[in-house]
Amino acid sequence: MKKYLSFFRIRFIAGLQYRAAAWAGIATQFAWGGMTLLMFWAFYQNGENSFPMTFPELSSYIWMQQAFLAMFMAWFFDHEIFESITSGNIAYELCRPCNIYSMWFIKNMAIRLSRMVLRCFPILLVAAFLPAPFHITLPPDWLSGVLFLVSIILGFLVLISFSMLIYISAFYMISSVGIRILATSVIEFFAGAVIPIPFFPEALQPIMYALPFASMQNTPFLIYTGHIGEIKALQSIALQLIWFIALMIAGRILIKRALKKIIVQGG
Amino acid sequence: MIELKNINKTFKVAKRNAGFSEAVKALFKKEYTYINALQDVSFSIGDGEMVGYIGPNGAGKSSTIKIMSGILTPDSGECMIDGRIPWKDRIAHVKNIGVVFGQRSQLWWDVPVIDSFELIRDIYKVENAEYKKTLSQLIELLNIGEIVKTPTRQLSLGQRMRCEIAASLLHSPKILFLDEPTIGLDAVSKIAVREFIKTINRENKTTVILTTHDMQDIEALTERILLIGKGRILLDGSLSELKTRNSTHKTLTVDYSGEKLPLSEHMTVIKNIDGHAEIIIDTVFLTVSQAISYISSKVEVKDMSVMGETVDEMVVSLYKEFEI
Repeated sequence: MKKYLSFFRIRFIAGLQYRAAAWAGIATQFAWGGMTLLMFWAFYQNGENSFPMTFPELSSYIWMQQAFLAMFMAWFFDHEIFESITSGNIAYELCRPCNIYSMWFIKNMAIRLSRMVLRCFPILLVAAFLPAPFHITLPPDWLSGVLFLVSIILGFLVLISFSMLIYISAFYMISSVGIRILATSVIEFFAGAVIPIPFFPEALQPIMYALPFASMQNTPFLIYTGHIGEIKALQSIALQLIWFIALMIAGRILIKRALKKIIVQGG
Repeated sequence: MIELKNINKTFKVAKRNAGFSEAVKALFKKEYTYINALQDVSFSIGDGEMVGYIGPNGAGKSSTIKIMSGILTPDSGECMIDGRIPWKDRIAHVKNIGVVFGQRSQLWWDVPVIDSFELIRDIYKVENAEYKKTLSQLIELLNIGEIVKTPTRQLSLGQRMRCEIAASLLHSPKILFLDEPTIGLDAVSKIAVREFIKTINRENKTTVILTTHDMQDIEALTERILLIGKGRILLDGSLSELKTRNSTHKTLTVDYSGEKLPLSEHMTVIKNIDGHAEIIIDTVFLTVSQAISYISSKVEVKDMSVMGETVDEMVVSLYKEFEI
């Protein structure tokens, strides 16, 4: 376990070096969050009651999404991993007494968390002092807060175990660019990153909730805003857990099969 | 103890002819050729030995190293290293080996070298006291005290390679695989690396297996060489054996004054003008001393040197002999 912790530490520290990128990220996320809210505001002017979420709920959802973007952005991949597969540098990683899956999983967690830590506090702080109804509010009660914490951790794990499948696909393909683009758009759309899932047509929603993508950012943020009640929240958390375990097992099996037939080419 | 028995490995390579229509055809039906990367490779290496593994590009050197380090699974054959099958027992096996791939890097690019070292320490679960001891030994021998606090990206190739070697030895492995460790290094770094390899082989009794194209490496380091070509082991013996076996020719360089030097039998001239001659003699028929006394009887010798075949030339002639 200690080796994975140190692995986490070295990647986390390395991630904290990129301060300028963090400031740029914060600015972008403010602009993006603000624009999204203003767009929704324009719609809400027409009649708040025709929308599935109240505007304060939506504000909290959007700001949480922006603050924790680094944890859930689907388009972000660790290029070192793809490169190590395509260039054959994975040879070194295979010479370590470590499980490759765990190592890459930890690495992804560390990079995303280090980015999140640099970005989330300024965003949350400023968003809390914005004028109502554009500001972020606390969860409705402490239970939602606790459930949110559990759920955000699980959502994070679901996202990473899904992106692990995309990393592993690089073993089977000469270039993984295509699958990356496809997977990114699918995740972004179905995870509620473009618009929150409650805004989708009602007929579609049961399907969307069942897919693993809804278990990523959608569940924790909806719990935080109080949009879903405690029973629904517990159900969603159970679903998150199931998806996390299923995706992780799938990933571990696939990587094992890939490593059996792997050929590291060149001198 | 390393033992390989009848190891075979075949690679499948996609092939098509040039041209658009061929490319379209390949979309539907791919043609493959099979390359026998290793055929019946068998050898055994004892503890504490230092072995040079040579052969031209594509001969199967790296494939063998990869099989021995557990990265590659052979199609058939046995490989036992300290009682373990590398690819079956990968995690337990790799704890006892160190690997340096000269063309790749194991140090983390954007952090100081020492951070990479500490991570490797944790990965291999090396005791702190043990780590400090090994590290100070490595720092001293490889002369990297000044550079371990620098991020890897700012190191020169020679500095990086020394750090790579140190990184592979932090967990005091019993076996060290070096895949072209001196590739691209300047003379000073090459010598430093060679000296270091010799020292750890002698003092820590580390088994060293070295692949290289640099024959000076082989000459400076190894007693035993394994020659591989087209996936087969062609020769397994000591360097001195190889030398006596192959050195049937010597080159004499003579500076003289007087008449142009006339040649006797079994001498082939490379150059003979203005009192400077380079002559190859066939030592089977004409010994070096006979040749020297013949030459000094004919001309006034000012300077003379005798050169045997270099290891490079020997290897080229071996490649020719085995048609690889």
